[in-house]
Amino acid sequence: MQNKKDFNKNHRMLTLLTWAFIFLVWFLITRFNLVSHLIVPSPGEVIQTFISIVKDGYNGISLWEHLGISMLRLLIASLLAIVTAVPLGLFSGYFSKVGAVVDSIVQFYRPLPPLAYYVVLILWLGIDESSKITLLYLAAFAPIYIACVSAVSNIRVEYLLSAKSLGASGKDLFFQIVFPACLPDIFTSIRTAVGVAYTTLVSAEMIAATSGLGWMVIDASRYLKSSVIFVGIIIMGISGVLIDQGLKALEKKIVFWKGYQ
Amino acid sequence: MNNELIIEIDNLTVDYPTENESVRALDGVDLKIYQHDFICVLGPSGCGKSTLLNVIAGFTRPSDGTFLMQGQPVAGPDRQRGVVFQSASLYPWMSVRKNVEFGPKIKGLPAAEINRIASHYLDQVHLLEVADQPPFQLSGGMKQRVALARALANEPAILLLDEPFGALDALTRIHMQQLVRKIWQEDQNTIFMITHDVDEALSLGTRLLVMSKSPGTIIQEFNVAFCDRVDERTGRVHVDADYLARREEILDLIDV
Repeated sequence: MQNKKDFNKNHRMLTLLTWAFIFLVWFLITRFNLVSHLIVPSPGEVIQTFISIVKDGYNGISLWEHLGISMLRLLIASLLAIVTAVPLGLFSGYFSKVGAVVDSIVQFYRPLPPLAYYVVLILWLGIDESSKITLLYLAAFAPIYIACVSAVSNIRVEYLLSAKSLGASGKDLFFQIVFPACLPDIFTSIRTAVGVAYTTLVSAEMIAATSGLGWMVIDASRYLKSSVIFVGIIIMGISGVLIDQGLKALEKKIVFWKGYQ
Repeated sequence: MNNELIIEIDNLTVDYPTENESVRALDGVDLKIYQHDFICVLGPSGCGKSTLLNVIAGFTRPSDGTFLMQGQPVAGPDRQRGVVFQSASLYPWMSVRKNVEFGPKIKGLPAAEINRIASHYLDQVHLLEVADQPPFQLSGGMKQRVALARALANEPAILLLDEPFGALDALTRIHMQQLVRKIWQEDQNTIFMITHDVDEALSLGTRLLVMSKSPGTIIQEFNVAFCDRVDERTGRVHVDADYLARREEILDLIDV
């Protein structure tokens, strides 16, 4: 146990050193003007820009609103994806006929670049929130759906046979055995899905948006405000890590048996 | 034998389809199981012991022949035939108690009754004190005891045990055998158990069935009563000339 603690401590140290190194390189590059400030702003500039955006907002909209609207889009899309992809995926895995209907559709759209079908979504749904949320939703749907289908086929046969011998059938078998048995995989896929949805956020906010972190970065790039781009990217990176940590904590609590099957 | 006939198997055949031809796993098995039998099935590996158990459990459909349970044909697995596998296959998302309560709950019994049944069987397998723990914290022997209690909680007409102690160490095995023997004597259950251990079969069973290599069929049956001669304290059988002779005879049959 003690050894494991030391081991983790060592690893955390390594991670910290890595980031210290990255900052040092960044600082040195800008300090000695190795590249133009327009391409790589200095850490000081980025911090100043961050402070000014926190204070005055960007383009008249506060940072919290930018962050909030992006998170809201992400949250709504992810929740919609979870409540639809989990049951559909489990059904597809459990009843092969449902799988025959849904599988090929998901397999078809999954490898498409999100921007390609975003234009279609805008055509159908207009340029406001619904097309943006739908884009994120579609990005999050596929990983959860596919993980659910494979989770069902990986359930230990004895779990199902024991349950049947104990009198379970139909609804009981599905809700009390199939669903919880798949929960560990479902959680892993939700973490993947939220990550994938987050990466398409910028695409979604590129067209016809007036707020959001992705929009802030795109807008700043038009005027070559590289420090704003950096602030935006760093905030997206940190918030992405925080979201994943939150999901991880939730996973540990709900799927407490993970790894003990 | 005056006991009630529970299971009647007549000329049972099971073929497993493979890519171009089907493989015969069981060929012409006849078997009658009566109330309070303790049947132990022995045979070389691959002789279809597990296939026979799977048919009785309702997991595998017979290709030919009849299989009646209390006079009725069997459509699939149900709560009349409780199964314990070699791996305990307890549900890790449920506590030990919830695992045992699963059957009675599905049956829709009132909560107080479910609680009473679970407590009774957990007590019978000496696990009341770990009732609220998740099953993955238990040792292999304890897990198997939970699996046993879970199957017993439904009060099935017959208990099917598929090499239940195969993965346990020697001492735990003897304790488990003692426990099963005691439960069988107290509750008057009917048990059908697969084992590859001749001593285990001799110390537990009342009817030992020896099966031949594939296609499997029952080649000989021995009616024994060594379980009456088990030392209460150690759980071991008093070995005598009679026991050794039976043991030799069975080993000769299996080892061909």
